[in-house]
Amino acid sequence: MTDLGEVIAGAAPLLAAHLALVLVALVVAVAIGLPLAVVLARRPRLAASVVTIAGAIQTVPSLALLALMVPVIAATGGLGVGVSSFGFAPAAIALTLYALLPIVRNAIAGLRGVDAAAVEAARGMGMAPRQLLRLVELPLAAPVIAAGIRTASVWTVGTATLATPIGQACLGNYIFAGLQTRNWTMLLIGVIAAAALALVLDAILAAAERAVSRRPRGRLTAPVAGFAALIAVVLGVLPRLAGGAAPSPTAARAPVGGPASAPGADHPRIAQVRIGTKVFTEQYILAELLRHRLAGRGIAVELVESLGSNVVFDALRRGELDAYVDYSGTLWTTQLGRDRGAPRWQILAEVEGHLAGKGMRSLGPLGFQNAYALAVRRDTATRFGLRSVADLGPHAAGMALGADYEFLSRREWTAVRTAYGLSFARTASFDPALLYEAVARGEVDVISAFSSDGRIAAYDLVVLDDPAAALPSYDAMILLGQRVAGDPDVVCALAPLRDSLPVELMRRANLQVDRDHQAPRDAAAWLLRRAAITEACAAPGAPAPVR
Amino acid sequence: MIELIDVCKRHGRPGAPWAVHRLSLTVAAGELVAVLGESGSGKTTLLKLVNRLLDPDLGEIRVAGRDVRAEDPVALRRTIGYVIQHVGLLPHLSVADNVAMVPRLLGWQRGEIAARVDALLALVGLPPDEFRARFPDQLSGGQRQRVGVARALAARPRLVLLDEPFGALDPITRAALQGELARIHHELGLTTLLVTHDLAEALTLADRIVVMRSGEVRQIATPRQLVTAPADDYVARLVEVVRAQSRRLQALAEPELAPAPVEAGDRRPELGDD
Repeated sequence: MTDLGEVIAGAAPLLAAHLALVLVALVVAVAIGLPLAVVLARRPRLAASVVTIAGAIQTVPSLALLALMVPVIAATGGLGVGVSSFGFAPAAIALTLYALLPIVRNAIAGLRGVDAAAVEAARGMGMAPRQLLRLVELPLAAPVIAAGIRTASVWTVGTATLATPIGQACLGNYIFAGLQTRNWTMLLIGVIAAAALALVLDAILAAAERAVSRRPRGRLTAPVAGFAALIAVVLGVLPRLAGGAAPSPTAARAPVGGPASAPGADHPRIAQVRIGTKVFTEQYILAELLRHRLAGRGIAVELVESLGSNVVFDALRRGELDAYVDYSGTLWTTQLGRDRGAPRWQILAEVEGHLAGKGMRSLGPLGFQNAYALAVRRDTATRFGLRSVADLGPHAAGMALGADYEFLSRREWTAVRTAYGLSFARTASFDPALLYEAVARGEVDVISAFSSDGRIAAYDLVVLDDPAAALPSYDAMILLGQRVAGDPDVVCALAPLRDSLPVELMRRANLQVDRDHQAPRDAAAWLLRRAAITEACAAPGAPAPVR
Repeated sequence: MIELIDVCKRHGRPGAPWAVHRLSLTVAAGELVAVLGESGSGKTTLLKLVNRLLDPDLGEIRVAGRDVRAEDPVALRRTIGYVIQHVGLLPHLSVADNVAMVPRLLGWQRGEIAARVDALLALVGLPPDEFRARFPDQLSGGQRQRVGVARALAARPRLVLLDEPFGALDPITRAALQGELARIHHELGLTTLLVTHDLAEALTLADRIVVMRSGEVRQIATPRQLVTAPADDYVARLVEVVRAQSRRLQALAEPELAPAPVEAGDRRPELGDD
């Protein structure tokens, strides 16, 4: 079990990042929203259309809006100034758009609701429009405006947890990773911290709101001090308490092994490598494995966890990440756009060629596959005599298919469906963490399983053969970005992992996390002890070979 | 002090009825002129034309001999006191801050403003020590209107515009404030334009009365001329209403001349406006 204290310590930098994200989004939303509302309050027709547009933005599911910002920023060349299309910028922009509606709507309502007699008297006594705004309209509308900002702040704290899949560290890292690795402590700490942050922020804004509504106008000292304290605590004190841990949920401290002395090489040292992960257990374990190997060569690792499948590849291509583990079949379909399977060697060769063409490289297969496969319960298989996907055909009309979020919209599914003429009575998307349980409990009859998942054995599921080879092979492979692709230290640390991890080993490691609630870091350490690794380079710190 | 020459104003697009049509009026310095009319007669529009809250479509308006169109409206308004029926005190500011608003806008010295606020509160019958720090929602209707008058006078305007300032007050408070207004008007030598729909009020206070209906002037006359020689049927009917009230009152007061259906109470209402 993960140590509670360690989980809490690891939450501190996430909380800090979360708060920074929320504050930036709120400040920008207020800076845009208030002037906009002032202009719109005098133009009712324009105001109606703008509020409608802001409302429409609000109806876009928050996760989708966040994800949408990644290609938008990428397409505009980083907003024209080369901002990273990954992480902070897209998250902050999406949250700002989200926060705009309550701020603008309330500010317009507040300004319109100002007593007409007060405005007439003020104009009649000789206030210029700007003085009228500053001395009369804004102060009188302040309580309503403040209420809008409060609403926005609570929404933003909640929605910011969804910034994780686009690469922004936040409390969502704990929630996503906790859900995937079934670490309920982590999940709860993430949720509680987000809720607490929302409450504290709301309490401070409420105090500010009371101060501006009170007559004579109360002092803003208390709320301002509260804000300062919140920022100081979260940005300054907490990360230090956490021992300067990297914002990684799965390992709050650097792995044992420690930094080694610098090797006697004359190439510029790469001191830190950013490693990404997708949103499932195996990815967290492998990232820890990579981290451990790199640490052995004195290279620090920053983990960027729980990224969307395409987000992580694009980030590597643009150099925003240096390494992660992907699967040949995934790249084959999503990056090379192939819609049918091919022999394993062909897929590997073409994927490597494709990567090289874009300045990246693969360090070769790790030794196991994590293939998409259709799986059923053993009793289902027995009852209908199912051995392969082809046997499913006549029974599918009475069955329900459960799949992860991606599968049903992936080419693999189209390929399988076409090859075997499958038509299920019902399909449902599940979080991968819940998929196996769903089929085990009979909520669905067939699932899209991952062949390296330990839960196939744990739930005694039967994986159906794919005689038509509709599904490609999915060799796990380490991808390196341009910056580190030629770096001898990085390559020496990671290349020996090639062909070192048989699928049995990976399944057991996955199960240790998924079923036994081990930390991914511990599963990675276990894996390393059993992996068939042959070091190819001199040990770090050893004297350089005599030439 | 004020000259309106053939002024026309309509609200909204061309073709809408005139709110004020071919209005000409001269108000001499030191005069108190009441503008009388029912709602929609154009009397408030007339007032707003003077301090340029509205601009005329046709005609010319002069204040202190200068065409108002040549003036900066904001600067012009700071030289003209303005009181409206709903007072429009700023609810988030204290009585003192409300009264001090125009002097502050004009950049007066702090001490000068404080002294002026106290003097004005005393002038309108509100003890400064008691009222300075209060907020508008801690005042009665009459007290609010007194603060409104004090605020209008803060920057020592020579000209004051009042738009039904006492319309929402009970009769006794209204009478008391009317008295105060007359006193202040004479004491400070103001020129006052008072909009009202109450002929009795106009007869009590005004040097001259302008009767308006549907944007047109029906009569401009002193109170005595108005009562003795109404210019048309409408003015005559207006006067008759007050006359009838007066006769009824007389009859009630002297029961030997006419039977009194209602017993006149001997309880005298307390004076004061609260």
